[in-house]
Amino acid sequence: MTSVEPLAPSQLLEVFKKARLINLVDERMRSLLRSGKMMAVYYSPRGQEIVAAAMGVHLKPTDYLVTMYRGIHDQLAKGMPLRELCAEYYGKATGTCKGKGGPMHITYPAAGIMVTTGVVGGGLPIANGLALASQLKEDGRVTVCCFGDGASNIGAFHEALNMASLWKLPVVFLCQNNLYAECTKYEDATTVARVSQRAASYNMPGVTVDGNDPAAMWHASREAVERARSGGGPTLLEALTFRFNGHYFGDAAAYIPKEELQAAMARDPMPLLRAAVIASGAATEADLDALSADITAQIDDALQFAADSPTPELAEINRDIYAPGVLA
Amino acid sequence: MSVAAETVRNISFTEAYHTALDEALAADPSVFLLGEDIGDKEGGGVFKVTKGLSTKYGDKRVRTTPISEEAIIGAAIGAALVGMRPVAEIMLMNFVTVAMDQIVNHAAKLRFMSGGQTSVPITIRTRTGAGGGTAGQHSDMLEAWFAHVAGIKVVIPSSPAEAAGLLTSCIFDDDPCLFIEDSMTRAQTGPAPPPNYRIPLGKANIVRAGSDVSVISYGRPIGDSLKIAEKLAGEGISVEIVDLRTVSPLDSETVLKSVAKTRRAIVVHEAPRSFGVGAEVTAQIQEHLFGQLKAPVLRVASRDVAVPFSRVLEAEFLYKPSAIEAAIRQTLDGRLVR
Repeated sequence: MTSVEPLAPSQLLEVFKKARLINLVDERMRSLLRSGKMMAVYYSPRGQEIVAAAMGVHLKPTDYLVTMYRGIHDQLAKGMPLRELCAEYYGKATGTCKGKGGPMHITYPAAGIMVTTGVVGGGLPIANGLALASQLKEDGRVTVCCFGDGASNIGAFHEALNMASLWKLPVVFLCQNNLYAECTKYEDATTVARVSQRAASYNMPGVTVDGNDPAAMWHASREAVERARSGGGPTLLEALTFRFNGHYFGDAAAYIPKEELQAAMARDPMPLLRAAVIASGAATEADLDALSADITAQIDDALQFAADSPTPELAEINRDIYAPGVLA
Repeated sequence: MSVAAETVRNISFTEAYHTALDEALAADPSVFLLGEDIGDKEGGGVFKVTKGLSTKYGDKRVRTTPISEEAIIGAAIGAALVGMRPVAEIMLMNFVTVAMDQIVNHAAKLRFMSGGQTSVPITIRTRTGAGGGTAGQHSDMLEAWFAHVAGIKVVIPSSPAEAAGLLTSCIFDDDPCLFIEDSMTRAQTGPAPPPNYRIPLGKANIVRAGSDVSVISYGRPIGDSLKIAEKLAGEGISVEIVDLRTVSPLDSETVLKSVAKTRRAIVVHEAPRSFGVGAEVTAQIQEHLFGQLKAPVLRVASRDVAVPFSRVLEAEFLYKPSAIEAAIRQTLDGRLVR
């Protein structure tokens, strides 16, 4: 990893705000699941907060996001409102998908969150389509497509990268390489040392950065987003990171060696980022505590909203199958 | 020949598809085509349906793609999520299986799973049918697979005019549509439809009214059934023919109304017999009309094997028009009640 220009204090703080939101929402979700207060499938992004946050600061509300079931960090960084998110996790009528999609399928077009797929690699071809529409309409939007290292071994990845490069689509393929594809270690499933090497096959820039390093992730994200926005075509951006929890909530992750996990947690990016923000002078301990308290209050409010919301009426099962009107 | 007859122009299925695409491209800038070999540089498509369109509308709106079915359908889905009306050509229906994740998990379900926040107004044109000696990976009728998934409309035309009217409706429909073209009848001709012709989706069509037995079918066997109906009319047997047009969502109302009248039914399709559209239609008829039926509902379909290559075996695989006639006679069982 080459050294990069450090972030300005305000830029660091901006990344911290998004990362801390992700961090606190994730902690609360896991606490609710542990205590049995929430019943939902859950894929924790703990350890990957900075990847999403440092990308998110470069995106406009009108830009598009395609992500996957481990996508709550990407959604929050893109502007997903907490009330509609929590209500969807609770399966309530007020959830963003009216309780019909759930945690693995969060959609919120008002913030550009177009697709969250439950199928590994399923989002990449669709991201191309969003980007193609932007190219045809010349609307200047950028599509960011998030996926993991596991997705780089599925056919859709290769078809999508080839097409995106061929058509110079305004898309950023953000591979969040957390070193485990579900339960299988990266090198036990992948032949190249870096996912970004695969970009060469498709004649597109391929970049690997330390995704937990806010400055490195910030600069690489900006470069990829600007390349897309200015007509320079797609980028395969590989962000090296680590997943502190199992594949799904409840997975004990016995396949992750203890030493590896301990080493990763010793470099937990969240406390490091907090220290960096304070060292930069952008905020004091007290400022950041107040920020956390404010986020916690927003989470409390969202969860209360979700708890108080009604479950979907049973007739909801008959809606949104086809367009209203022509067919019942 | 009368003056009126002279003015009726005949067109082929291929011309009908072409005309519908041409008109849609002209009418709406959000319509664009993508698929393998579809541009004029590549010859205007393997089946020449899109010939001339990339020259007329440019290669941004008539886009030749790599051989990447999953990427083709994904690109169509993504563009459709934000206001475009893409028409994707998948050369042959067996190749649609390469894109099943995109079609089944995404195109069909995103409206429902997003709580109606997004929709996927794509049209997937594809082509298939046995009889041309292309064997088991180029000939399958897989409509039942897609009819089994809520959210996608499955459409199969039975004449050139129907082809133009239904394809245009698919393109301007707000849901994903799978439009299935028949390989064997592509050169057959029929009266041309009026310009910008549209046929409502989800509505079956009584092609021929009758009173003794209902033949429920779609696509290629409609033509066979019409000929048989004419022949049997000479014997005083009155056959009603129901063209489903849209296999899914199924127009149960029209089917049940017809069978409630005739009290006898056979279902005909080119797809293999077991677990097909015929099974669903038959089940619905017996669920609603059991006590009124004068005979068991019969199915005429192709055999439950892969489509074979050898002409004699391929013919043995395919449903036979003579089997339609035999089924009608069996249903009537010599006890024709007028």
